[in-house]
Amino acid sequence: MTRSQYALLAALALIGVVSAFSGQYNPYFLDIAVSCGINVTLAVSLNLINGYTGQFSLGHAGFMGVGAYSAAVLTTSFGMVLLPLLGGQVWLLFAVALLVGGLMAAIAGLIVGVPSLRLKGDYLAIVTLGFGEIIRVVLQNIDAVGGPRGLIGIPGYTSLFWAYGLAAIAVYVVWAMVNSSYGRGFIAVADDEIAAEAMGINTTRYKITAFLVGAFFAGMAGGMYAHFKQYIAPQGFGFDRSIEIVVMVILGGMGNTGGVILAAVLLTVLGEWLRQFGDLRMILYSLLIIVLMILRPQGLFTWSLPRRAG
Amino acid sequence: MALLELDACSLRFGGLTAVDNLSASVEEHSLTGLIGPNGAGKTSVFNLITGVYRPTAGAVRFAGQSLAGRRPFQITRLGIARTFQNIRLFQSLSVFDNVRVAFHQHLQHHSVHSLARLPSFRAEESRISARVLELLEIFGLAKLADERARSLSYGNQRRLEIVRALATQPKLLLLDEPAAGMNPTEKVELTRLIRDIQQRFRITILLVEHDMRVVMNICEQVVVIDRGAKIAEGPPAAVRADPKVIEAYLGQEAASAAAGA
Repeated sequence: MTRSQYALLAALALIGVVSAFSGQYNPYFLDIAVSCGINVTLAVSLNLINGYTGQFSLGHAGFMGVGAYSAAVLTTSFGMVLLPLLGGQVWLLFAVALLVGGLMAAIAGLIVGVPSLRLKGDYLAIVTLGFGEIIRVVLQNIDAVGGPRGLIGIPGYTSLFWAYGLAAIAVYVVWAMVNSSYGRGFIAVADDEIAAEAMGINTTRYKITAFLVGAFFAGMAGGMYAHFKQYIAPQGFGFDRSIEIVVMVILGGMGNTGGVILAAVLLTVLGEWLRQFGDLRMILYSLLIIVLMILRPQGLFTWSLPRRAG
Repeated sequence: MALLELDACSLRFGGLTAVDNLSASVEEHSLTGLIGPNGAGKTSVFNLITGVYRPTAGAVRFAGQSLAGRRPFQITRLGIARTFQNIRLFQSLSVFDNVRVAFHQHLQHHSVHSLARLPSFRAEESRISARVLELLEIFGLAKLADERARSLSYGNQRRLEIVRALATQPKLLLLDEPAAGMNPTEKVELTRLIRDIQQRFRITILLVEHDMRVVMNICEQVVVIDRGAKIAEGPPAAVRADPKVIEAYLGQEAASAAAGA
């Protein structure tokens, strides 16, 4: 065991203890807390793609949607069949559903990743954006999952423990992957692809790995979201959701896991706090983001120089 | 034995011929210079060798193996490392990590190992760290190990690029204008460094350089190209006296004047 692995176990234990008393917490705050956990998972996994590997993806909500629908269909339509096979253990069913959601999203990540990795920068952003829209439109047109009306009656399996347990695992995986001789290759790809190839780094493989792992956790987070809201609709996984996650990454500082976690929490809480202003909410939210970006273009929580100049 | 062979290589971009039917070879353990006036196609030759471009015609062979169809990272893994004319370090990585990442191709482990972090993984990581520090020590960069690459002085950035290339453990090292932008003192130092590298690491070096003094000082063999085609080849002294070389660099008149004198 290494220090980082002890840290992961300690975090999981702490989450377990805190969640054990979740019955006594204010349900409104509990809701926001779970949202924070899910958003941390989304932002940290996108940070592996956009931040560390430098591949600007705008399709994260698409991966999230694939995961959300896969997991939700599994528990709602096949839950009764699967539950006896899993010894009647609801938590096991939920874990399987999340994993399936993650795997489906990872497959989607591979499908969109392989052809689009020939593209760079803005072009990649546009292709991933298009991918996200395709997912949304396809979901809208499948009547079996409710079409535009969405999918209802999803069991509320998500708890504080699940949401933060997944977030802790996502943070550990991204951290451990990047912090090794192998993992420095992700940053090398982001810095200079030609030089990375010249140093013997298989840039394609790194990019696909980043997309696979990022999409996997986005899918898991999607499954978590579905069993938290208990209702999902295609509109929830559109372009604006992707942008929301991208903003968390940029605001936290590209390739700065700690900063991205803080930014995900901050933006989630901010979005809730602004509800008191009613119709002005989204205007204020956008204004605040503009001000923050002007004041700290390198990311709110990046204290050294920006990771990449220009 | 020739370590690297260019066999009638051509590289065309539409109507422009960057490399024109070039044949040349680099002997093992030699220090060969590739020179030519501005725009002669020197860097294009490097890009052909390293797989950044594919030859329109002809073939490149390294240690008897054809490099056709191989991607740049595969060619590097075969044992060809390079530096760049316009420095291409990993700017946001530390000096240490710049070199560490270049050890990558020799790693046994990958993503899954970095997640499990078993003792074998940690042993390998510390072995790599030791090697990186050793290399940085040789080139006097050890005390800068934790600095970001972008914060280094120009001379140190050039030096770091060479260290990073050596970390891939090449048989052939391609240096693209290593003396560019250096003052005379730095150039003398660089000349010494290149010779030292060749002997210490027992490798073959192919060097593109503008500065004639550097080339004439250290190269055993020189290939001169102009407009993509080879115009002369041989030991530095012979090449320097070749009228075609003088013409390429200084023009027709100077060449006839030199021939007349």
